[in-house]
Amino acid sequence: MSSRRDPLPKAPTGILGFDEITEGGLPRGRPTLICGSAGCGKTLFAMEFLVRGATQFEEPGVFIAFEETAEELTQNVASLGFDLDELVAREQLALDFVAIERNELEETGDFDLSGLFIRLGYAIDSIGAKRVVLDTLEAVFAGLPNPVILRAELRRLLRWLKDKGVTAIVTGERGDGQLTRQGLEEYVSDCVITLDHQQREQTWTRRLRVVKYRGSSHGTNDYPFLIDAQGLSVTPITSLGLDHTVSNERISTGITRLDAMLGDAGYFRGSSILVSGTAGTGKSSLAGHFASAACARGERVLYFAFEESPSQIQRNLSAIGLDLAHWVDQGLLQFHATRPSFSGLEMHLSLIHRAVQQFEPSAVILDPLNSFVSGNNTLEVKAMLTRLIDFLKTRQITALFTSLTTGGESLERTDSAISSLIDSWLLLMAVNTGGERNRTLSVLKSRGMAHSNQTREFLITNDGIELREVYLGPDGVLTGSARAVWESAEESERLARRQEIERRQHELERRRAVLDAQITALRQEFEAQEAETMAMIERERERETQRQQDRASVASLRRAGPAQRSPEANNP
Amino acid sequence: MNQPDQDDNDAPGRVPSNHDRDGQDLTGGETWTLRLYVAGQTPKSLSAFANLQALCEKHLAGRYRIEVIDLLEQPQLAQGDQILAIPTVVRRLPLPIRKIIGDLSDVERALVGLDLRPSPAEKRD
Repeated sequence: MSSRRDPLPKAPTGILGFDEITEGGLPRGRPTLICGSAGCGKTLFAMEFLVRGATQFEEPGVFIAFEETAEELTQNVASLGFDLDELVAREQLALDFVAIERNELEETGDFDLSGLFIRLGYAIDSIGAKRVVLDTLEAVFAGLPNPVILRAELRRLLRWLKDKGVTAIVTGERGDGQLTRQGLEEYVSDCVITLDHQQREQTWTRRLRVVKYRGSSHGTNDYPFLIDAQGLSVTPITSLGLDHTVSNERISTGITRLDAMLGDAGYFRGSSILVSGTAGTGKSSLAGHFASAACARGERVLYFAFEESPSQIQRNLSAIGLDLAHWVDQGLLQFHATRPSFSGLEMHLSLIHRAVQQFEPSAVILDPLNSFVSGNNTLEVKAMLTRLIDFLKTRQITALFTSLTTGGESLERTDSAISSLIDSWLLLMAVNTGGERNRTLSVLKSRGMAHSNQTREFLITNDGIELREVYLGPDGVLTGSARAVWESAEESERLARRQEIERRQHELERRRAVLDAQITALRQEFEAQEAETMAMIERERERETQRQQDRASVASLRRAGPAQRSPEANNP
Repeated sequence: MNQPDQDDNDAPGRVPSNHDRDGQDLTGGETWTLRLYVAGQTPKSLSAFANLQALCEKHLAGRYRIEVIDLLEQPQLAQGDQILAIPTVVRRLPLPIRKIIGDLSDVERALVGLDLRPSPAEKRD
C-alpha cells in the first residue's frame, strides 16, 4: 500500500473509536463526505469533529450551517456537553448560518457561488480555522436554481477547500440508489463515510461505515456507534483481530471443587467462560461465586445484569452466603442493569465498552447472554460477542457469560452459535430422577487445561455452592435422595461384607483353637506314652542291674570263680 | 395560484395597483434602494451592474439608488443579507426585501424578481 511508504497526513477527530477505524482520523487538508438519512447523527459527528479539534488538537473550526441557525445548533449540541458560545467567544469556533429560501430568489442570468466562498473564506481567516464543516451542502441545491451551475460551483468549492488546506466535512442526505441525493460522492473523492440508523427486532441501532478512504487502509465493516452525554463513540472491535497476547495465570472460580475440575487451578485469566443451563440451575450463583472470589483478590468486577436488578441479585446471592454488597461498597464490584430490549445490540456493546473503559475491571460478567437472542439474530449476537470477546481479551479481562437454555432442545445445539468463541464451557443440568430435580455440573470444554470429564452434583447450600460426586446407577446418573439411597445401600452392603469377613475370621480362629487343642491332646497322649515307655525301660534296666547284683552276691556266697559263673548263669 | 385576477390571495410581496398609468411609471413616488453584491471586477459583475442600471433607467428613472458592494473588499457584509450567489441584487426599499441572483441578462425574470413588471392581466387594460 502506498500509505505505508508515504503516510497520508490525518486529522484526528477525537471521536471515540473512529480514529482507530481510520487509523488516525480524516484525511488532513481534504474534504470528507458524510452522508446518511435524516436523524442519523451527521451534524453531531461534524460538530464533534470541530469541537474536539478546537479543544484537543488546537485546530479552530468553522461550521457553516444551511439548515439550523447558530442558536439552534448551540442548543442542540449543549446536550452533549459542548459549549459552543464559549468556543465562539474564545475564537476557536465560528458559526455561520446560511439561510436559503428559494421563493425569494429569481434567477436572472449567469451567477456563481462566490458569496459562499467569500463568507467561508472570511470565517476561516477570522479565526485561522483548520477545520471546516458544511452542513448540509445539499441544501444549496434545494434553495438555488440551475443545477448545472451549482454542480460546477460545488466542484470548484471542494477544490478551493483543498487549496485552502482545511480538513473539511461535507454532509449530504442519503438518496435513492446513491449515497446522496445530489450525487455529492462524485465530487468528494478522498473519503466517504455513511451513517445509518436501522431497526432490527424493534430496536434501532446507529451504524457507521467508511465507504471509501483514498490512500489509506481502513476498517470496512458496519461499526455501531452511540450518541450519549459524552458525544459519539464508535465501536471498532473487529479491527483488533486475533493477535492478543494470552495469559498463563490461573484464577479461581470461587469454588474449590470446581477449580479442581479445571486442572486444579481454575480459569485462565483473560479467557471467556460460558455457563449454560436451563432455568434455575444456578448460573447466577456460579457467576456470583466468581465475582466474589475476584473481589476477594482485590480485583474489580463489572456485572452486567439483563434480567434482574442489582439488589435482587445481591439478595439472592446473600441467601447462599455470598455478600456482594460490601464489595460494591468497596468499589470493587459494579452492577449495570439494563433490559436487553432497552436498546439494540450495538448500543449494548457500546455501553459495555464505555463501562469497561471507565471502570477498568479485571473480570466482566454478562448475565444472561442470550436475552439478546430474539428471533433469528443469532448471527448478529455472535458478531457482537466476537467483538466483545476480542475487546475483553486484548485487555486481559476474564469474561463470564451465562446462557439460559430452554428445555427440550439439545444444549450443545442451542449454544452452538457462540460456543466456538468460548474457552471454558460449563454445563449445568437439571436431572429428573425419583421425583426430584437435581442439579449437575460438567465441564463441556476447557481449552488449554486438563479438565475433569466427571459430572458432579451441584448443590446450592446456605454456605454457597458445593460439588459432590455423582453415582452411576442402573438407570443412569444418581443425584439427590437417589444418590443418598444409593450411598446408604452401598454402606450397608459394605457393612454386611465386613461382618461376613469378621465371622469367617472368628470361625478360623475357632478352628485354629480346636486344632491347637487337638494337637496338644495328641502331644500329651504321646508324651504320656513316651513317659510310660521310658519308665518301663528304666524299670527293666534297674531290674537287670538288680539281677546281676543278686547273681554276683550269690556267686560270692558259693565262692565260685568268675570262670564258673557262665554255666551257672545259664542254670538258674 | 394561477388566477392572476384574484388580487386578494396574491403574493404578499406584490406592490398594490399603483403602477398602471402609462406602463412606464409603475410605482409610486417612492425611491428604490437596490444593493448589488459583486465579488471583484469580473465580467459577470460588470455586466450585472450595466444591466441593472439600464433596467432602472427604463422603469425607475430618477427614483432609484444603486449601492454596489464588493465582497472581496467587505466580506463581513455577506452574512447580513445572506449572500450566497454572486451577483445578487437586493431590493431593500420599498419593502419587503426581495432578492434576485444572476447577471440580470434575463430582463423579464429580473423585472418579475424585483416586482417591476405588470402582471399580464393589467397589461391588457
